[in-house]
Amino acid sequence: MPKIRIDNQEYEVPEGANLLESCLSAGLDLPYFCWHPAMGSVGACRQCAVVQYQNEEDTRGRIVMGCMTPVTEGAIFSLTGDKASGFRQAVIESLMLNHPHDCAVCAEGGECHLQDMTVMVGHRDRRYRGLKKTHRNQYLGPLVHHEMNRCITCYRCTRYYRDYAGGTDLAAMASHDHVFFGRHDEGTLQSEFAGNLVEVCPTGVFTDKTLVGQYTRKWDLQSAPSVCVGCAVGCNTVPGERYGKVKRVHNRFNAEVNGYFLCDRGRYGSGYVNSDTRLPYPGMRGAEGRFTALNHHDALAEFERLTVGRRVAGIGSPRASVEANFLLRSLVGSDSFAPGVSEQEQPSLQRATALMRSTPARVPSLADIESADAILVLGDDVTHTAPRVALALRQSVRNRAYELAADMKLQPWQDAAIRNLAQEQRSPLVSVTPGSTRLDDVAERTLHLAPGEIAEFAFAVAAALSGGDSAGNPEAAAVAQMLRDARRPLIIAGTSLCEEALLDGAAAVAGALVSREADGTRAPMLSLVVPEANSLGQALLCGDDAPDLATLTARAEAGEIETLIVLENDLYRRGTGEEIDRLLDAVTTVIVLDGMDSATCSRADLVLPAASAIESEGTVVSMEGRAQRYYPVFVPGDERHSSLYWLLCCLKAADHKHFVDINHVDEVIAACASAVPALAGIVDAAPGGSYRSHGVRIPRQPHRYSGRTAMRANISVHEPKQPQDEESPLAYSMEGLNRDEPGSLLPFVWSPGWNSNQSLHKFQDEVGGALSGGTAGARLIEAAGPTTVPEAATPSSIDAATLELIPRPAIFGSDELSARSAGVRDLMPDAYLELSVADAKTLGVEAGDGVVLGGSDTAFEVRIDPSLRRGCVAYAPGLNGCIGLVPRSGVSLSMAPDWKRRDADLIARDGQEGSLS
Amino acid sequence: MTELIPALSDSEIAAIDAEIAHVPYRSAVAIDALKIVQAHRGWVSDESLRAIARHLEMSAEELDGVATFYNLIFRQPVGDRVILLCNSVTCWIKGCDKVQAAITENLGIGLGETTADNAFTLLPVTCLGACDRAPVMMVGDDLHQDLDPAEIEKALSGEPNRD
Repeated sequence: MPKIRIDNQEYEVPEGANLLESCLSAGLDLPYFCWHPAMGSVGACRQCAVVQYQNEEDTRGRIVMGCMTPVTEGAIFSLTGDKASGFRQAVIESLMLNHPHDCAVCAEGGECHLQDMTVMVGHRDRRYRGLKKTHRNQYLGPLVHHEMNRCITCYRCTRYYRDYAGGTDLAAMASHDHVFFGRHDEGTLQSEFAGNLVEVCPTGVFTDKTLVGQYTRKWDLQSAPSVCVGCAVGCNTVPGERYGKVKRVHNRFNAEVNGYFLCDRGRYGSGYVNSDTRLPYPGMRGAEGRFTALNHHDALAEFERLTVGRRVAGIGSPRASVEANFLLRSLVGSDSFAPGVSEQEQPSLQRATALMRSTPARVPSLADIESADAILVLGDDVTHTAPRVALALRQSVRNRAYELAADMKLQPWQDAAIRNLAQEQRSPLVSVTPGSTRLDDVAERTLHLAPGEIAEFAFAVAAALSGGDSAGNPEAAAVAQMLRDARRPLIIAGTSLCEEALLDGAAAVAGALVSREADGTRAPMLSLVVPEANSLGQALLCGDDAPDLATLTARAEAGEIETLIVLENDLYRRGTGEEIDRLLDAVTTVIVLDGMDSATCSRADLVLPAASAIESEGTVVSMEGRAQRYYPVFVPGDERHSSLYWLLCCLKAADHKHFVDINHVDEVIAACASAVPALAGIVDAAPGGSYRSHGVRIPRQPHRYSGRTAMRANISVHEPKQPQDEESPLAYSMEGLNRDEPGSLLPFVWSPGWNSNQSLHKFQDEVGGALSGGTAGARLIEAAGPTTVPEAATPSSIDAATLELIPRPAIFGSDELSARSAGVRDLMPDAYLELSVADAKTLGVEAGDGVVLGGSDTAFEVRIDPSLRRGCVAYAPGLNGCIGLVPRSGVSLSMAPDWKRRDADLIARDGQEGSLS
Repeated sequence: MTELIPALSDSEIAAIDAEIAHVPYRSAVAIDALKIVQAHRGWVSDESLRAIARHLEMSAEELDGVATFYNLIFRQPVGDRVILLCNSVTCWIKGCDKVQAAITENLGIGLGETTADNAFTLLPVTCLGACDRAPVMMVGDDLHQDLDPAEIEKALSGEPNRD
């Protein structure tokens, strides 16, 4: 590691780093704007200027940009000298010429990187007396607010949006002081990752629109480490709360998972916590059919009365924590506990889980995915099923560029140079899906096949890799060659198509790559996308023998179930209405624990209001097999309690022998870990409740948290006692030290002089590296030894003449909880069916026409997707009208009678927005 | 959003396609395509811009970023002839202000304005590369040098002034 001298102090810095990151890693405050640890350097803003000296004799030195200057052995710099600091002050003064100084009414105020840097350089007095340039702001959709006047033209937004996230509808317009960052015309930003602009912009040009309407400053937000429950990726988040409402969600850095960025479902999908469909009190259905509110003691008494000593079955949920599912399973017995997924999904989920546990390939983290140099995507449109994975894949295809750069001796942070060098050269990504995907723009090759055909294709690739005859399938042979040439080949498949053979095929390809491996230079990876936040945890908990919903229904109809307990699950999203009705009709009592009103609640006899993931503690297992813990950000209001609490009370009332002595979350976690070997590692997901940082609990509130004593003054002038947290190592307090704790316990980032999220580097040993306290989460699945590779299986197939319903999940709408959040809800389309051109022609329908599914009278709008494989009819699960559709079922379609077409212009616009991908 | 009338003429498309033949990516001819359309129509409307973007397989934002960067790609209608009056340092020393005042008096338009009969648009420009003959301006495609405010009418009348 080279030694450099900064202001007469010697520092040892990492080889190949630039001076700016070296300074920040060394704890020195050097201001910057355009540089970003995930996006590298372009030297655009000139803010990180320092003086470099040629040698000991050089007393004048010259100004260089820290972010563009590689550190070399013996180099001499000055940060604090007048020349450097005066230059930086002048730069910020000129950047601020057009800035409106509207901090008091700006949603960035108090966590603004521009404020921090202005204070840091000591620029205090405005000397400019001229007119300021003003811009017209644009409507950019329901998620991102635009206030162009605040711009300091650092270009971070377009570098993130276009270069990093692959968006095309945000650009820098005009030049000199007319520069404008926005769209060609007003409209919703099309990238599924647009919300990161809020954190990427160093000032208040792009702010969180859902926050702007209910604004609270960062210093008044109470926060805790949380995990997004929007999909199975398990991105780490920091939700902020005030007055009992979730105000906003920020990214929580995890070097192995989400890094610096979230998807928009994750960032904007927590509004459901504030939804008016939340259940405030327990309710008991009376004889006349109406619910009566109960207090929590009476509710527990009813829960016990209806459960203890009766024949009970339980349905868990892949969106509830491992612990809550474990407790319900313990209460009802593993034979009577269904994981709570659809009949079509359950075998795929179990298969995916089994393959992940048996594959000799690595089940990759997101960081691993970013390191892949050849990618085969089978089946899933990951932008919609595991969005953050798609953003990672957009980085992995750049590995070719980094290889070219290394040949030229360019460091990876030389962003502009490397992009210029590589142009359109990318690491290969081949996408084999039923129709086009959002990653097609970076794909080397796309194939559009039906689910069964994708499985066959995968086995053909595996056969080609194993030296088999692939003459009949040149495409498969080409893909096999691509994977063979790679050092870190990655196979991605998913359960979204409910096709087990496809998962087997993916595992066969990964297995064949491993068995070809002889010299240890290649590290194949197999990533299987599962649908929900705890799908994998649920599968690990339940094993292969868990009953599915049909089994429970049969047993209920045989009179074997008196009481059915449904945990955080709307069963009507897990099967057809008739199937669920049959199940619920066959049992005497239905008890539902859930956060929000749902169709299932409407069928319940007793409803217990559950705290959301943001109001409770629990563990979820991501698609990587990473167990991660979330903590309550605030104490849930009214009579809401965590499902874990309700179930533990019931178990204790039932005198369950394993639970009489269990009182603490940690004890539940330990009980689960010892009862279920596959989940033994969840104990290590985060420290237990007795962990203390510097002898005290970790504060959820920043040191500037204001108005605590006055917050309830409109209700009562008597300040209530602060809630005490008896379970976690966090406190509902400003007292304590947010420093050095493990990454899993980081409630927010803030450091003296660094009020914005840019203070993150103060929590890292090395800028961009892992958190000093350790990376959050514990991996439960590590690559197994050599095992048998799945044999070519027969894919499920239906009569070629029939149309087949293919689930094509939508980022905004297919997830139950985020779909009830402001912002995301606004982006949900109406229900539609997508047809191939050929099938539409056969049916005689055009885009915008209406069709009905045989046997039902619900009409759907037709969309025509020229890329869609013939015979496939795609729908987005979860959209109103699509609930209850059976994936992979054969259907017949006919023209809808009395269908009224929407405005032609609207249809055209939908089409155009889709084509921007 | 979808233009029912093709926003690019056959001759425009032919000229753009001729440029595309010389480059590896369609988007590489963005500037040429904008110039071609401007040569045909005098300026580049939003509709034209979107049509060019579609033809080049770019997003409208990407192309608009290019179009608005160059101040000689006109994104608003201009008169039949554009007057580019240099107001950079040499011309300023040599009295471009007086030239501008003379134009304004003659045509009744200030900087950035177009005459009512749509004959002229007056725009400032930062240098025309003829500082030795300052003050200078261009009217349409013609360069006028050693401008005399008293004889501005002659330059505007279209009489060549290439001495």
